[in-house]
Amino acid sequence: MVWGLLILATGLSWQFGHGFGFGDQYQYASAAILVITFIKIRFVFLDFMEVRNAPVALRIAFEAWAVVVCAILIGLYWSGV
Amino acid sequence: MSTGSELPDAVERHLPGETGVWMFIIGDMVIFSLLFSVFVFDRSQEVVLFVEQQRLLNQNFGVTNTLLLLTSSWFVALALHAMRGQDSRTAGRYVASAFACGAGFVVIKYFEWGEKIRAGLTIETNNFFMYYYLMTGIHLLHVFIGLGVLLFLWQMMRRAATSEKDLSLFESCACFWHLVDILWIALFALLYLMR
Repeated sequence: MVWGLLILATGLSWQFGHGFGFGDQYQYASAAILVITFIKIRFVFLDFMEVRNAPVALRIAFEAWAVVVCAILIGLYWSGV
Repeated sequence: MSTGSELPDAVERHLPGETGVWMFIIGDMVIFSLLFSVFVFDRSQEVVLFVEQQRLLNQNFGVTNTLLLLTSSWFVALALHAMRGQDSRTAGRYVASAFACGAGFVVIKYFEWGEKIRAGLTIETNNFFMYYYLMTGIHLLHVFIGLGVLLFLWQMMRRAATSEKDLSLFESCACFWHLVDILWIALFALLYLMR
């Protein structure tokens, strides 16, 4: 199930990389690609690395890492648009 | 001695593998986060160059490698599940499948780099290709280490090693392989997709 969703998300972000759904507004497509990327990473953490059932502090640290790094990368990306 | 009714949270929550491996994973993730940030910052300073150079990458290689590593990670998760069920034979098969996917990643990377080098695109060509070789190179080093780890797990499963200590070792190794997958998921987006 998770594997299937990860494959679908990869296909979707690949399409966004080709401008699907965003027309000429590639900057929104790129932001969407980054968000999808970190959602995928989150699910690998939670379900493959089993952080979902790990001690709460570890889960919080990994979830926070995904949100913070995704936000920083989108911010840095946007500064160059 | 605990009874079934007390501390349900303590029973359910479990750190897979050794604490030391998690320290390494967290350290590696922090280093890669910095590398990703520096890349996106430098990209924002030379957007036109980075977008032009990115078009020279073969996205088919990138997406195929992403699918291979995602599938490989899934096989390792299935192997761990089989090992917990004391089914070392099935676990061994899943680990071998994961190894095959990882080896496929290396083969594709070999062709991808070869294609670029023959076209005269090397680490010295420009900033984009400097980051491309640097980040994919460091990641490839992780893949090689990960393949060694998978080989080790395969041998463990051939010996039918399924004690508690073996399980913890298996979990540590599995987490390292998932880290390799995670880093590639981010690299694929940054290098190949983001425009």
